Formats: sequence, structure tokens, C-alpha cells
Amino acid sequence: MSAPLLEAKGLNLAFGAVRALDDVAIDIHPGEVVAIVGESGSGKSSLLRVLAGQMRPDAGTVLYRDPAGTAHPVHGMGEAALRRLMRTDWGFVHQNARDGLRMGVSAGGNVGERLMAIGARHYGGIREEATEWLKRVEIDPARIDHLPRTFSGGMQQRLQIARTLVTRPRLVFMDEPTGGLDVSVQARLLDLIRALVADLGIAVLLVTHDIAAARLLAHRILVMRRGQVVEHGLTDRVLDDPQHPYTQLLVASVLAA
Amino acid sequence: MSHEPGSPFGGYNFAYLDENTKRMIRRALLKAVAIPGHQVPFGAREMPLPYGWGTGGIQVTAAILGPRDVLKVIDQGADDTTNAVSIRRFFSRVAGVRGTTRTAEATIIQTRHRIPETPLTEAQTLVYQVPMPEPLFRLEPRLAETRRMHALADYGLMHVKLYEDIARHGHVSTAYSYPVMVGGRYLMSPSPIPAFDNPKMHRMPALQLFGAGREKKIYAVPPYTEVRSLDFEDHPFRPHRADGCCALCGSTTSYLDEVLTDDRGGRMFVCSDTDYCEERQEAAATAAPASTTPAPETEGVA
Amino acid sequence: MSISESALWTEGLGKSFRLHLQGGLRIPVLADVDLAVKPGECVALSGPSGAGKSTLMRCLYGNYGAEQGRIWLRHQGAPVELTAADARATREIRRHTLGYVSQFLRVIPRVGALDIVAEPLIARGAAPDAARARARELLLRLNLPERLHHLPPATFSGGEQQRVNLARGFAPGYPLLLLDEPTASLDAANRAVVIGLIGEAKQAGAALIGIFHDVEVRDQVADRLFEVLPIQDAA
Repeated sequence: MSAPLLEAKGLNLAFGAVRALDDVAIDIHPGEVVAIVGESGSGKSSLLRVLAGQMRPDAGTVLYRDPAGTAHPVHGMGEAALRRLMRTDWGFVHQNARDGLRMGVSAGGNVGERLMAIGARHYGGIREEATEWLKRVEIDPARIDHLPRTFSGGMQQRLQIARTLVTRPRLVFMDEPTGGLDVSVQARLLDLIRALVADLGIAVLLVTHDIAAARLLAHRILVMRRGQVVEHGLTDRVLDDPQHPYTQLLVASVLAA
Repeated sequence: MSHEPGSPFGGYNFAYLDENTKRMIRRALLKAVAIPGHQVPFGAREMPLPYGWGTGGIQVTAAILGPRDVLKVIDQGADDTTNAVSIRRFFSRVAGVRGTTRTAEATIIQTRHRIPETPLTEAQTLVYQVPMPEPLFRLEPRLAETRRMHALADYGLMHVKLYEDIARHGHVSTAYSYPVMVGGRYLMSPSPIPAFDNPKMHRMPALQLFGAGREKKIYAVPPYTEVRSLDFEDHPFRPHRADGCCALCGSTTSYLDEVLTDDRGGRMFVCSDTDYCEERQEAAATAAPASTTPAPETEGVA
Repeated sequence: MSISESALWTEGLGKSFRLHLQGGLRIPVLADVDLAVKPGECVALSGPSGAGKSTLMRCLYGNYGAEQGRIWLRHQGAPVELTAADARATREIRRHTLGYVSQFLRVIPRVGALDIVAEPLIARGAAPDAARARARELLLRLNLPERLHHLPPATFSGGEQQRVNLARGFAPGYPLLLLDEPTASLDAANRAVVIGLIGEAKQAGAALIGIFHDVEVRDQVADRLFEVLPIQDAA
């Protein structure tokens, strides 16, 4: 089997007396969708930020394996390399579309930015690609020149997804991508993410407190509580036969769909 | 400050600034020349004129000025506007240097918003007054973030701006402060010169220095440095110029200003570079002394 | 029976549930299950309701974690211990070797019936067109009219959903197939189709384990019964 894309070991992080990460290990392989679930304050968002290189752990390592198979320590590669990674091989989808979009730039410009950042210099080509991606995320291409602030919340989030996936990253970090959206809008977005990720074979690290979202999208689940991974495994195994008391509580709190 | 009647510079140090300040500015200039296009912070001083009137340019000029220099100051290409006249007078008072309006005679040219039409030489230095040195400031409001973008040459965002222009107007609508890449490394604002002047910066024999007083930044383009205006393959950079010729000297290649001549919509185009225009008019008068009105001249007629 | 011939076998499999939300209450369900199935064989699980037949099926699929004992299966020619496989290995086994037809279809929003059936084929590397052609053929055989093929099954009747589920389970031709009440909500005609599909799978060398409520169907497809007995409650 393939070597992991991202491999983290012995991650520790404390905010004063609070242990955000307590000896956490995780790996993610190409094309795999892994969900990190847990309630607010469980450390799941800290884990995402540490894995994405946005926050340095007190201890532990995170290795990223590039397409050539060379492993790079995420926290030792330097900001320039990390940024290059963030606009090529990696992507980040924020909970709040405003954090992931440029609200003063048109939908087409938002999608085109990553292309231009990696050297696309043909206006017509960039526009064609942006049009294609708007269609893929079910936004009317006629709105290519509209500003995202004229879009609904669900559309903004879909635009953020298009903007992130346009360069076909190998690994995408998603922080509560459906948080703050209406339930009907959530379902459509989740389904869209599911289809795109399967289609493109992208590995996804998804942080969510939404068990239903994790069940729909993830191949594997890690359950976090108080900075520790209390249970992990195949999504249906963890959710249908939860072992840890906290996982049982989490699963029992969800209304059956 | 006491006024010393015996002092040659009205009681001030030569060129107004004290020697320590000038040294500090020169150090910043050396660094700026060493890293073409990179913005170097400097301790801008209060100057006896308000921000926006060229305090950055004046400090740079003061720091490089020597007693034998000949200074030309232009504002929008003209030597005779209030700003240009008062800066030239300022330096004649506090440094005793000779002023000129002739581009070819000047050793230092301080400018606001134009590059002279007459090609500059290695013996000359062009000092730009810069209101906003950061080319990314409208796109990225966080200064720390723009610094990081420069450090990492992360300039996709600037192309997003050009993309937006084309999407909205069908062409790049930026007519002033059109961003350039210097030496293939740093994104730079050329100051609010017309895009028409951008090509003159490319491999210019003269040293180009930029001073931003309010923003406290200095940057530079050393002689013969590559300066490229950003563009797209299918929307190449086109320096825009009003169609027509100068109503005074007949030039068909210089940058033109539109001048309203009456209240009934009458207008004419004249060279924005007043010295260039006058020299051409004089040359035409010498060549054809009988003529009373300047004949529209075409290239090739000497 | 010789283990080496088996497609799947268990050794002392046991399973109980510990309900932490009910003060750690432990509910034992399975104990010392030794089951073996050969290729080309269909084994029907029998036993009273509540004896743990469905729990056993779910353990065999890796959906429930086994508590005691081991589950082995033959995956791409070699014996693999399912109870020791990690999540990724289990997915790999499910993709190529182990299929499961549950009682109810887990509907994926906005995905049409045809694509639901074709999906496991594409996951195993089939060309999308070939996968859809096979899906169409199976859905038609199970009497699901063509006009429904592109609709998401969320609005389908129970029987229609079950037929989509069956088509999805039979389409890839897994060497090992688990069937949990596959004919529960089907009419006589479709029951006959399912009996035919099971027969063909056996012919092709697949090992099948099923729970058949319908005795008539069971007698037609099962080569033998495997009795799952309720165990005495241990505190």
C-alpha cells in the first residue's frame, strides 16, 4: 500500500494549563477522507492547524510526503515552502467563507487566484477554467463577474471550494465546512464535496462536530476529547459500534436520520 | 532655531537636513540600490511642507545633493507649477544649488507623476515623489501580510487585480501607478506616473530613487535594471497615449495633457513635459525663422 | 472442514456490547462462534430472533468490532485476519473481496440509482461506462424500470430501494457476499430473480452467508444452516 501523505506523531500542545493536544498521532493516505470529530474545545481545530503548519506544536513531528516521495517536516520547511505548498499541493477550506474568499474580488478572480499564483498568465485560459469550476460547484457561470458578497452563504462556501480545488491539490484541510449553514444548504454542500473529492481522488482532513457529515464524507474517523484521540477507525465501525464512553455519548446525541 | 545672518544657507545645514539624518537616508538608499525594487524603511523627518507635497522626494534629494549639482524639479511634467517652483526655490535657499528646467542640463531631477521625454543618462539621477509605495495596498490591507508577500515573491494577487480590470472593462484600466516587476524579483509601484512612462524605466541608464515621506519608505532601481509591467499573454501591456499631436510643438510621440481652452467645449492637447515641448518649439523656430506659428513637425525633420 | 479451503472462517468469535451510558451495562451477544464457508457455498444463519444473527453478519463485515476470537478471510489469494486489519486494509478488503447487502439502503443524497449501483464497480477500477452498463442490466433484471435509474432512491418504495441495494451488492461479483434479509420486502417475481442471482454467484465460486427470514427462499439457496444460539446473560 502507498505511503502516507501526511504523518504526525507525538503531537503535544498546551495553552497554559489546558492541553489542546495530548500525544496525538495521525496519518492520512492519498485519496483518503479522514474526519476528526469532537465537541468544541476537544482540540480538533488545534490539531488541524498544527497539521496544516499554521501552529507549531510543543512537541511532535508532522511529515508531508511530496509527489516524488520525499518526506518534509512541515514545521521545519520554512514559511516560503509552506506557502508554496498551501497554494499548490494543499488547500484549506475555512468554516467562514469570508476567511477563505476575497470578498472584494469577483467570483472568477477568486477562482483564478490560485492559478495565477502558480504562474497562469493567459487571461482567456484562466477565465475558461474559472467558468468550468463555477459549473462544477453549481454556480451559474453568468455570475462569474459578481462579487461574493452578493452570494448566499451556501454559494459563498461552494465558491470557496472551487477556489481551493482549482489547482487540484493532493490534500485539503476543511474546518467545519458546513458550519453556520442552513440544514438544506448543508446537505447540498456535503454532497458536492463528496462527489468532487471522490472524482478528483483528493485526500481530505475534515474537522467537524457534525456526525452525519462525517458519516457521509469520511472513510475514517478520529474521535477527540480533551486533546486526546479516544477512538479511531473505519467510519461505520466507530459510529455503529462505538467503544469509548465519549463516542457512545456523541453517537447517542445524534438524531437518527 | 536661531537665524544666523552670516550663514550661506539661511541658518540651516547644507540641504536643510543635518548630516546624521542624511547619512541615515544614504544608508537606506544604498540598501535600496542593493535590493532593486525592495522597500527600505527610513526615519523620515518633518519637513517644512506638508505630506503629499513631496517630503519623501525632498529628503532623498537632500541626502544625495552636492554643491555642484544642477537640480530640475517637475510636477506632472511641468517645471512651473507651484510645487515644482517651491521645491526648486527651497533647495536654492538651503543648498545654494543651481536650478534648471532643462532636462539635459540637470544632474538630479526630482519628479512628481512623470518621467521626462528626453532620455536620461548615466550622469543623472531621477528622484520620484511617492505617495504610496506599497503596490499591494488596495488588495491586501494588512501591512505585515504585504511584507510577507514581498519576501516570498507571492504576487498572484496582483494579477488578480489585473484580471478584475479586464473582466470589468475589457482591458487593464490601470492608467497610473501601473505595477512593475523589478529585476524579475520585486513587485514595485512606479509611483503615480502614467503607464505610458513605464517602458522608460526599463534599462534606464540613470539611477532611479523613490522616496515616500508619509509612509517612510525608500526604494530604488539601479541603472540598466530590467523593469517589466505586469500583463497577460493574451492582454499584453500597452502604454496608453491620447491620440493626436501636441498643439504647440507637434510631437506625435510625447505624452499629452488635455487643456480646456474655453467654456464651450474647446480643448487642445499639449505636451505634459514642458521643457521637451519648449525645446522642440525653439528648434522649429531656429530651423524655420520665417514661420510665426509652430508647424506640426513629423519625425525625421531635423 | 479444512480451513485452507474456506473463503471465510472464524475462530472463537465473541461479541458483547458495553453500554457506557447505562452505567457500563454489558450485553453479551455472541460467544465461541466457529463458522467456515467455502467458495461456491451458501450458508444460511438460523436461530431465533434476537440470537445475534445480524450482529454476527456485522462482525463479519467489520462493521462491528469483534471482541474475542478472530475472523479470517481469503483476500486476493492469501488469508487475511479481518479482526487485525486496520481501517485502510478493511476498506481494501471490502473493495475487492467482501460485499454486504444490508436490509436497508443507505441513501446518498442526490445520487441516482444507476450511479449508486455502478459506484463499487468504479471503485474497483472498472471503466465508468462499463460499470453503468452492468448496473443498468442488473436493475432491469430486478424489474426496476429505466425511468427510475437516474433518480435518487430517497423517494423509492421499500421494495425498490431493496432492489437497488441488491443490484449494488451483486454488481461487482465479490468472492464473499453477506446478505441480511435480501428478499424481505420483495414480491414473488423479484424473489425469484434474487434466487437466480445467488445461484449464479455460487456457480461463479462466491461464498455467501445469509439471513433468510423466508424459509422457502432459504431452502432453495442454502447448502447448509449454521445455527446461532442465544447465549445466557452473564452479568
